[in-house]
Formats: sequence, structure tokens, C-alpha cells
Amino acid sequence: MAQQVSAKEPTAEQIADQQIYKQFGVSEQEYELICGFLGRQPNYTEIGVFSVMWSEHCAYKNSKPLLRRFPVTGERVLMGPGEGAGIVDIGDNQAVVFKIESHNHPSAVEPYQGAATGVGGIIRDIFSMGARPIASLNSLRFGKLESERAKYLFEHVVSGIAGYGNCIGIPTVGGEVMFDESYEGNPLVNAMCVGLIDHDKIQRGVAKGIGNPVFYVGPATGRDGIHGATFASEELTAETEAKRSAVQVGDPFMEKLVMESTLELINSGIVVGIQDMGAAGLTCSSAEMASKAGNGLELYLDEVPQREPNMTAYEMMLSESQERMLFVVEPKDEAQAREIFERWGVICAKVGKVTDDGRLRLIHQGEVVGDMPVQALVDECPIYNKPSAVPAYYIENEKVDTTRYAEVTDLTGALEKVLASPTVASKEWVYSQYDYMVRTSTAVQPGSDAAVVLVDGTRKGLAMTTDCNGRYVYLDPEVGGRIAVSEAARNIVCSGAEPLAITDNLNFGSPEKPDIFWQMEKSVDGMAEACRELNTPVIGGNVSLYNENRKGAIYPTPVVGMVGLVHDTDHITTQAFKKEGDVILLLGNTQAELGGSEFQYVVHGVTEGRPPQLDLATERTLLQTVLSAIQQGLVASAHDLSDGGLATALAESCISGNVGASVNFTADLRPDFALFSESQSRIVLTSTPENAERLAAYVREQGVPVQQIGTVQGNDLNILVNSKPAIAAPVSQLAKVWKDAIPCLMK
Amino acid sequence: MNFAVLVFPGSNCDIDCYKAVEQTVGQPVDYVWHTATDLSKYDCIIVPGGFSYGDYLRSGAIARFAPVMAEVAKAAAAGKYVIGICNGFQILTEAGLLPGALRRNTSLKFRCHSSILRVENNKTPFTTQYEVGELIDIPIAHGEGNYYCDEATLAQLKQNNQIVFRYADNPNGSVEDIAGVCNEQGNVVGMMPHPERAVNQLLGSEDGKKMFTSILNAWREQHGAASIG
Amino acid sequence: MFKATVYVTVKQNVLDPQGVAVQGALHSMGFNEVGKVRIGKYMELEVDATNRAEAEERVRQMCEKLLANTVVEDYRFELEG
Repeated sequence: MAQQVSAKEPTAEQIADQQIYKQFGVSEQEYELICGFLGRQPNYTEIGVFSVMWSEHCAYKNSKPLLRRFPVTGERVLMGPGEGAGIVDIGDNQAVVFKIESHNHPSAVEPYQGAATGVGGIIRDIFSMGARPIASLNSLRFGKLESERAKYLFEHVVSGIAGYGNCIGIPTVGGEVMFDESYEGNPLVNAMCVGLIDHDKIQRGVAKGIGNPVFYVGPATGRDGIHGATFASEELTAETEAKRSAVQVGDPFMEKLVMESTLELINSGIVVGIQDMGAAGLTCSSAEMASKAGNGLELYLDEVPQREPNMTAYEMMLSESQERMLFVVEPKDEAQAREIFERWGVICAKVGKVTDDGRLRLIHQGEVVGDMPVQALVDECPIYNKPSAVPAYYIENEKVDTTRYAEVTDLTGALEKVLASPTVASKEWVYSQYDYMVRTSTAVQPGSDAAVVLVDGTRKGLAMTTDCNGRYVYLDPEVGGRIAVSEAARNIVCSGAEPLAITDNLNFGSPEKPDIFWQMEKSVDGMAEACRELNTPVIGGNVSLYNENRKGAIYPTPVVGMVGLVHDTDHITTQAFKKEGDVILLLGNTQAELGGSEFQYVVHGVTEGRPPQLDLATERTLLQTVLSAIQQGLVASAHDLSDGGLATALAESCISGNVGASVNFTADLRPDFALFSESQSRIVLTSTPENAERLAAYVREQGVPVQQIGTVQGNDLNILVNSKPAIAAPVSQLAKVWKDAIPCLMK
Repeated sequence: MNFAVLVFPGSNCDIDCYKAVEQTVGQPVDYVWHTATDLSKYDCIIVPGGFSYGDYLRSGAIARFAPVMAEVAKAAAAGKYVIGICNGFQILTEAGLLPGALRRNTSLKFRCHSSILRVENNKTPFTTQYEVGELIDIPIAHGEGNYYCDEATLAQLKQNNQIVFRYADNPNGSVEDIAGVCNEQGNVVGMMPHPERAVNQLLGSEDGKKMFTSILNAWREQHGAASIG
Repeated sequence: MFKATVYVTVKQNVLDPQGVAVQGALHSMGFNEVGKVRIGKYMELEVDATNRAEAEERVRQMCEKLLANTVVEDYRFELEG
């Protein structure tokens, strides 16, 4: 084995003797395994390649046992986890492709580029499957918006998402943003992309056909982002700042060209296999492509386009320079492939060939500088079953009675407080920076329960949303996991769509801590149960661990990205109240459930107790009933009850419809609990006066509790609880509080 | 009538413009690559929005030197219809086919939302079906749409009736709320708002339809054919 | 080979929103001595020319044609070598 010609690189012996592998996050036991697979000690390049392939980010070594608990199949699922993104059939030979991915750690140190490259990476995952990206979403978490650091991160993350998405011309149609001190210093930046594909165009990342050439596409490789995958698998510490070189710079213009040329290449029908270079760049893409075909791959590193002089094999293999792809064609199609990229002005270089020996062999300056079994790299990383323990806080919380709080009597004031909370407040400041209309298919714009994007040339649409309430998951991971999936489904149904499947982004603290691993385990169980019950399998996702700050782990935040199918554009429904005289119905039961609620956080200043309960059979019946009512044409508006409970949902529907409502809600509860409880499986519907009886009767027949609570009318929101005045305010005043909150804080 | 939609590296509203022509007037329309050197076949040239060449250096600064732009200048001089939308407007000002320049929004932020425009000039071939003073809902999506021209140019624009649209609520700091202008002859129009995004009520507005039907009518009148709309 | 350093700034009479924002930020940080702030672009070009006069003329043309938009921007440059 040749030693790389670099004075700086330690020798294989030094790596062993000084345990240098530990700096790469490789344990002693893992190092021994690697030596066993190689039959010798790895050199510097090889240990680098193994360390990224065996990182949590690439190998899921701590989370795999949990991911196996998810249901991943279904009658519509064309491709589940394992490829760049999952694929679900939507009929007429078309399918929807989607995936979510995190860029938390890069965004913590360089928010603009961290977020921008997060968006770029997930878009590549979609078009490398052969799909045309049609929409982006995101799920963001920051510390309290009063903190200067949180403001800085928020401002630059949003502008990074905008900068990338707007330039490449993919509409950013939805998402969610929450603020809580739990995320101080460790923001969550999860980006999701949705694409459309014809069944016969689906691509796989396989290096098939012995002797076939392997091509590199995209800008030249630099020294940026070396060890990003390992970086993502560590805790953020004081030294993180010094690791700034781990953050890559995005070029959305280049990605636009790579996207258009790649889609043209795929449509030409000559691609054998294709994969994007994401985390761990050339290493991961080449090893995975070889592994999926059961082949080997030889890479000629001198042929890799290089942005900087004197790059070593190690640097080229581990660089995470952005906007790059790897593909395989047959030799006879080489010229055609090259012509396409030349026309688009994109670099395309032959960097290797498919071999039959199952080795990833690296050749640089005439010497073999790395020679590793592909299977060891991709499949043999040890999987850990971490110890799990019930955390003390969870046991403590059992005793907390969330109904003990002194009664709040100024309910209009409380509503305004909740509406002004950045988590609930209007996100217009955010989404008006995103081009959410480009591609002229966005039928429901950001700001409603779920966005709806039309499928051109059909009467169908795709509804999409991201969801997770980290407070609920913290207070009870299993219930919180169930709620995350159910609430996403509720959002999808309220927009008039049938939930299809989910992609998940599991954001947690360090899995080395038993109580954190317990959170992971329980929330995965909760999500898996909900996915089974609601028939929304998990078709792919991402795991982000070691999300910690000085105070400890972030709230466990398993974000759910869900896509649903609108069968006919006539079914598209929004949360906005439509016409005066429309009748307002509340579906579902309300109990005194304050644990983890926005009201508890904003008014009482705590997050404690148990979160609202959720019965999956009840949820399923509710969703089926509401979707069917919408499809029957009985529903004018639909809004899911979530953060801030009934009062907030009514206010939001009034504000979006620019109209008032008069409500009398009957409940065997204290008025503040009745209005702000976050009991699950509830939806507010309106219908025209003519349809109201039929709607209520239909809902009742399905066994869903329903109460006619009022009428859309006037310019004020008037709410009585048990016929006693509770909330009264002009909608314009509520709208002002709700709309001004974030812009005011960001000034 | 033949429409061309130009495609520069980084254009991203080209597909939307193409679809809008198909949906509103149903006339033949082609994508024309930035390297094209013959536009003689086309009666109307649409310079679409997007981020041509990544908007690097300045929006539109690099695109304006693409080979096709010499042909656009020829077509404009020959009296053919040319419209630049958003990045297309920026390209046309950089190319000197329209007066003024587009600066960063005063908010320093990209802004995307619906916007109400007042039609100021219905004598251009693009606006004949609107009334002067008519308020229309045409969305914006830009970071550099802040129109600027010096006093003398502004006086000229007014004198020649070259201000085509004004914002009812100025979103970006543009001089005199200007959202769109035309050249002295009126056959070249540039605007920051996106009429191609306002041709379907399901997506929020169809107030932009009349821009497309106006063009077809103007062309038909010029060529003695029957008008529509 | 000459090295040209080109500075492009927003014209004095044209509003520079970035400059205004940075001025405001500096003031809020206590740098009250700061007056007007103008933000511009800085570019380095390697220029192959036979003599200084030729290099100067070529760079001037580059500025006029591409590097600055003279409707809203001013430019100046320095030549070395």
C-alpha cells in the first residue's frame, strides 16, 4: 500500500500507535474490526474513508435498531428507505418522491451557508432519483426569540433557505418554526423536498455493468467540508467554532445547471445508475453505488476535477464540496452524456470504472492509495444497542397536576399573549422571503394547515406539511411521537387530501446518554404505531443526534414530513373562514389538557406534566370522516386544533378569512382550560347554512363527537364559554398582534 | 402569432411564461436558448424571471451579453413586442433597452407576495385591455426590484407616458412607486411583478391574463386579423 | 501582467439601503462617531497588456460595460505592475 506523499499525513503505524483513529470518532474496537477487514492496518486515507462510512450520519449505527421498528411498506410505496428518497404512487403512472434531511450543526456555526447547503443537498436527493423537484418545505427550531443569538441564527437561516431555494426556482411552500430555550445554541434546520416522477423514469444509485465508466458531474472539488458527516455526529462544543472549515458554501446557480443537465441525462434513458454526493462526498456515493450492485469500483483520483492545487487522496475522498453527482453509463453512451453537460456548461469527468472484485480501489499519481472491501464500508459497521433508562424528569412529571394553576380570567389578554408568541404568531416575515409561487402550481400558499401544489395536466394536487411538537415529545416521547404523525395527518386532511406516507427527521441529543436513548426509543414507538394505524408508512428520513447545548440535550424533536394526495382540485380546503353566516362546528372532545401547551408555556411560564393523550382509533375515524365530508362538498373551511387550542384556531381562521365569528362553546371545564387546552383529535369545520345539518349528521353517524359552536359573522371574534362572555376583540386587533409579533422582535 | 421565451442559464420562470402563453392565448410558443442568433420568426419575445447567471455581479449584468441579446435589440428596434418580467426587466435595463436600473429592495429582503398595481398606461400593446387607473392583483417575488432613474429620466418617462404600472403599496422603495415602464415607442415593456403567475384563479389571481390577450390583439390589429377577448 | 483593483460603489445621490442598515447597526452598537456608510464591491483582475496606458483603457471599458452599472454605480480602479 502506497503512503500518500504528504509530510502532514501520519503513517499507518502512527495511526495505530498513537490511536489517531480516535480523532475520527473511530473506537478501538471499530479500529480492530477495520484492520480485520483489510488484513492490515489502514493508511490515513483509508481510516478517513472508514470513519465517515461508519459514522452515525452514514451508517445509522446507533439508530438502526430503532428505525427497523417503522412500517416501511404499503400498497402505494414504490420505494422505501435506502435510496436517495422514498417514492409513492399517485396514479396515472406518476409518483411523488420526497425526503427530509437535517443540517443542524452546520447551521449552528454558519447559519446562512448551513441552511442553504441543507436545501441544496435535499434537492439533489430528489432529482438524482430522476424526479423533477416541485416544492420545498422546512422545519426550524431556535432558542427564545428574545435572545440575540437566536435572532441572528433565525434571520440568517431563513435568508439561507431563501437564497438557495429562490435562485434554483423551486418554491418553498411550507414548514414550521418554533422557538424555545431548549434549542438555544443548537438550532434545528430540517429541509424537505418533494418531486414528481413517471414510474418508468425511477433511477437507482447502482454501479452496474463490469467495466462501465463512472462519471463525476459538477463543480471542482475543494477542501471544503472535509469530515462534515463526522461533524454531524458529534456534540457541538466550544471547539466547534474552530471547525468552521467543516461548513460548505452553496452555489444554487450551479445546482440549477446540474439539476437541468442531470434530468436531461436521465430522460435520455442512458443512465445505468446515479447518486448525488452528499455527506462524505465521493466516498459515500462511490461505496454505496458499488455496494448496491454487489460490485467494486476503481477511482482514478487524478481525474477528479480539483479546485485547489496539491489535493491529497484523503482530501478528495472526504471533501463535501457541493452540487456534485456520480453516475454510470455504458461505454457506448459516453459521448451523448458528455454532450449534455457541455451544453449546460457543467463539468463532467470520467473518474473511474465498475469492477467485479467488490473493492473500492483508489488510484492516485500512479499508485494504489486505498483498497477496501465495499461491503465492509457499507454493511459491516457495528450496530449498537445503546442502554436506555427512564429519565427522572419523566417520573417527576407524573405528579404534576396541570389543572392546579390559578384561573386566568382575562381571556382576551391570554389569547393575545398566545397569538403574540413567536411559535404561534404569523410566519409571514419568514415565508414572504421565500418564492413560494415559482412554477405556478402553488394552490394553497404558506400560512394554512398544509400547502397544496397542483399536479400539472391533471385535476390532482399534493398536500404537504412538516410537524412536530418537541414539548409534547419531551414530556412523553411515545405520546408525542404519536401526536407528531397524527397532527401532520390532520393538517393534510384539513387541506382536502388523503395522507400517503411520511419522511422523518429524528433530532435528538446524545445517544450515549441512556435517558436520551429512551426518548428516541419511545418516540419511534409512538410514531411507528401512528404510521401503522393511519396507513402512512415511513419511506425515508434522516437521523440527527448529538444535538446538545450547554444545558444539555434539546427537546427530542422527531419531525414528520407528510405528503397527501388531493384527488380533485375541488377538494382543496383552507383554514380561512369563508362567508358570513357559515356555521362553525367543533369535532372531537375537549379535556383539561394543559401539559406542554402553548398556554402553559406563555401564560404560566413552564413546560411540565403530561402532554395531551391521543387515541389512534379515534384519530383515524376523525380523519376519515373529515376527508369524506370535504370530498362530499360539505365543508367550507377546515382547521386543525393545535398550539393554543380552540381560541387560537378560531382566531387564526378569522384572521385568514378577514371576518369575525360568534361562538358559544359548551364544555364541562373552566373557561381558560376550555379555550386553551390542546386536546388532540379535534378539528374546526365550517359549512354553508344549507349544508350544516347534513354535515353535522354525517359526522355524528361516523361516531365523531360534534358540537355546533357558532357562526361566522361581523368583524369581531366573540367567544362565550357555557354562555358566559370569555373573549371579545375586533379581528383587526387580533390580526395586528399576530402579524406584528415576529417583525417587532426582529427589528 | 409566434412567442419566444428566452432561456438563460439560471432562468426559472421560463416554464411559467410558456404555460401562461399556452393557457391564455394558445399561440405557438418556443423556448429559445441564450445562444440563439436568429429571432426573426418571433413576434413577441418574453425575457423571463429567474436568476440568470446566478445574479452574480448584478442582476442581469451577465445575461445582457448573451448572444441572443443582440437579436432582442434588433427585434425591439424593428418594433416587435418585447417584455421583460422580473429578472427579464433587470436584463433589459442592463442592456439599455429600457431606462433606469433596479436596486436592492429597501427592506434588504427578498419579498414574495401578492401586490396591487395601478395601470398607468393602456396604450402599450401589452395593456390595451386594461383601463387606466384599473387596480390589478399581480404578485411580486424579488430581492432587487427597487426601480431607480435620475430626475431628468423621470421627467422624460412622465412626459412620454412611459410609466406603465405603479404599485398601490410600494413594496421595495421604487422611485414614484414604479412597477413597470416601457420604451419611448411602447413596444418594449419591463416590469417586476409576474403577470404569468396571475392567469389562474385557483392560484390566487387571473388579472394578468389581459396582458397576454392584449399582446395577441395588438398583433392581430397590426396584421389585420380578428381580435379576441 | 498588471493587477487592477476595481472598486464599485453606489452613486453618492442614490440610496444605498445596505449602507443605511450597516450605519444603523454600528450606531446601535455604540459606534456613534460613524457618519454615512457606503457599501460597494471590490474586485481584483489580472490583466495582460503591453503597457500601462493600454491596461488602463481596457479596464475602463470593462468597468463601463460590465463591472459597474453606471446608472446607479460609480467605479474607480488602481493599476499595479
